[in-house]
Amino acid sequence: MPVRPTTAPLFLAAATLLAAGTLTACGSGSGDDPDTVKVSFKQSTDNQIRVMDTYLADIKKQFEKANPGKKVKLVPIKAPDSEYYTKLQQMLRSPKTAPDLVYEDTFLINSDITSGYLKPLDPYLDKWKDWDQFIDTSKSAARAADGKTYGVPDGTDTRGLWYSKAIFKKAGLPAHWQPKTWDEVLEAARTIKKKVPGVTPLNVYTGKPAGEAASMQGFEMLAYGTGKNPLYDPKSKKWVTGSKGFKDSLSFVETVYKEKLGPDVSDALDPNFATRVRGELLPEDKLGINLDGSWLPQDWGKGAGHEWPEWSKKLSLAAMPTQHGQAPGKVSMSGGWTWAIPAKADNPDLAFTFIKTMQTKANAQKWYIANSGISVRKDVAADPAYVKAQPGIKFFTDLVATTNYRPAYPAYPKVSTAIQEAMESVTTGDASVDKAASSYDEEVSSSTDGEVTQK
Amino acid sequence: MTTAPHTHRAHRAHRTRRALLRALPVSPATILLLLFLAGPIGYCAYIAFTDLQLTGQAESSFVGFDNFREAFGDERFLNAVWLTFVFTVLSSLIGQNTLGLALATLMQRASKPIRTLTGAIVVTAWVLPEVVAGFLLYAFFRREGTLNAVLDFLHLPSQNWMFTLPILAVSFANVWRGTAFSMLVYSAALNEIPKEITEAAEVDGASGWRRMWHITLPMIRRSIGTNLMLNTLQTLSVFGLIWVMTRGGPGNRSQTLPLFMYEQAFQKSMIGYGTAVALLLLLVGSLFSLIYMRLLRTEV
Repeated sequence: MPVRPTTAPLFLAAATLLAAGTLTACGSGSGDDPDTVKVSFKQSTDNQIRVMDTYLADIKKQFEKANPGKKVKLVPIKAPDSEYYTKLQQMLRSPKTAPDLVYEDTFLINSDITSGYLKPLDPYLDKWKDWDQFIDTSKSAARAADGKTYGVPDGTDTRGLWYSKAIFKKAGLPAHWQPKTWDEVLEAARTIKKKVPGVTPLNVYTGKPAGEAASMQGFEMLAYGTGKNPLYDPKSKKWVTGSKGFKDSLSFVETVYKEKLGPDVSDALDPNFATRVRGELLPEDKLGINLDGSWLPQDWGKGAGHEWPEWSKKLSLAAMPTQHGQAPGKVSMSGGWTWAIPAKADNPDLAFTFIKTMQTKANAQKWYIANSGISVRKDVAADPAYVKAQPGIKFFTDLVATTNYRPAYPAYPKVSTAIQEAMESVTTGDASVDKAASSYDEEVSSSTDGEVTQK
Repeated sequence: MTTAPHTHRAHRAHRTRRALLRALPVSPATILLLLFLAGPIGYCAYIAFTDLQLTGQAESSFVGFDNFREAFGDERFLNAVWLTFVFTVLSSLIGQNTLGLALATLMQRASKPIRTLTGAIVVTAWVLPEVVAGFLLYAFFRREGTLNAVLDFLHLPSQNWMFTLPILAVSFANVWRGTAFSMLVYSAALNEIPKEITEAAEVDGASGWRRMWHITLPMIRRSIGTNLMLNTLQTLSVFGLIWVMTRGGPGNRSQTLPLFMYEQAFQKSMIGYGTAVALLLLLVGSLFSLIYMRLLRTEV
């Protein structure tokens, strides 16, 4: 029997519900118990990856043993990054759903601080000896515009140039390569293009499909090499527009794609390109130089998606140089996650005790190694057991001293999208550098309500 | 004397009581619907008039029609509206609908094994989760994908379809995925046509095309309308398929309204603005529904 048209309003209503449902997720209530600390964390969507679950279960045991009568309730949120943020933000809104401790990405921590979701930790940190062990740049990761600190970082990541030894050899480039300027990077790529046909000389992530990878591994690794604070001026607390450094960085991206030194544009704008870089191009010696993050070996370990244990014999690492070799000579960007206490937490004191348990030197070290994270603690960074845990770890840890954190203020996600759009339009050749930069300026100005300054 | 009005009133009271009693069993459902359907929708409509953000803001405030004004002044929104229109017309009106009817008609005459096989294949595409279908079609269209391998084999120039013609690629994907629904609706409708009528027409010497045009189509008109409406509504809200294949890119060349809404609401945290866009999408859906219902009303 044919479906009768009278059912249409019902279907329409169902469609509406679908639209409405995605926008109004609801959380479940939870009772308060002064002896239980509720810990929310991001659980991997891959069931085989239990690194964080295992680690937290261990800390829970230690905590409950050291604090008799106190209990830990782990509240996993199983979601990819962007959905994790959404879910967490919904939970933090209400005292009924706010846990006592949350795992916060430095990418959004300042937004959540502005929303009033988090509690300043300074009273606790002042009395905590171990806080002196944290490297200064990393302490700033969770420091808000008000000067207070809202999270304890549990490691970080840094970025640099990965290059293929085999391709460099074929191209006649040095085995121990450390470019001093952008031009030297481009020159090496041009040499590879000429002498080793059939490979991609240089990968710089670009465009909206790559998302934050384009902004952070790509654009900001360039922009932060053109001078201090290229995106945000902390003195005037305004976003920077019209800067020469911005245009120079766009020109670099344009050069890479115009001269065909980078991947084919259609590949570069493929949403799954990052996976192909790690799983295919690097292991198969099809990519000369890759501007990417410290976490790549995660994928190449035993039992991981693309097992490739011999990577450390095939690849080498170089720091990304500043534009003209100006001090400090190299650039890195850092992100990472922090542990923070919600403003509406029922048991904040107990939550901080849990942080302290996680951040004994031994526990911190265990976590960095399990998670291929980069240490933000001086005592762990100096420990030979940590340094030897994985090839490349020393290289990336040394970058922490001069690394940069993003200006992750509330407008940052919008600014980041504007960066990706500007990159994309010069990558495809749809717009000139000047035009792309001026669209960026307009976009930033409108999404920050005109809180911009010229540089 | 005055008994007539009295009995009339009693009769009316009786009727009211019966109506109330009849309403009783459906009232729980009605209340639930109001709570869980009308509630969120009302809340959504309210949010669309505020500058609510997911994060980065201590308090939200009422901004009137600002969000809507912003949308109509935003060329990316207009671009998304246009692409949604193209996507819906190509994949739903033309693709799924026509192909579904064609398949249903052909299957009427096919032998049973072929009918079962075709049905199974088409329905499989429909039953697959959206994301899985997205990856399948991504693999089909990508540069080293199946389609280009076939083109190479035929010595035809290959293309990176998702890069050069992204909206066409995702439209095709939606046709591939959604045709089964139309096919099922039309198969059911065709089975309802009495055999005698078609046979009589055949005896009168009407050709296949004429029979289709003068007999079959008018007789299944009601189903055509229903199918068009359901297809359109489904297509308007397609998200996962496009997200997996192109993320709305390159540029914004395949960013339909649902993707635009997602970007505004969840990537840029602007829930208020995103909800306003969702509300506009709803409006477009209702508009299509109204048009179809109007077309249906003029029938016999």
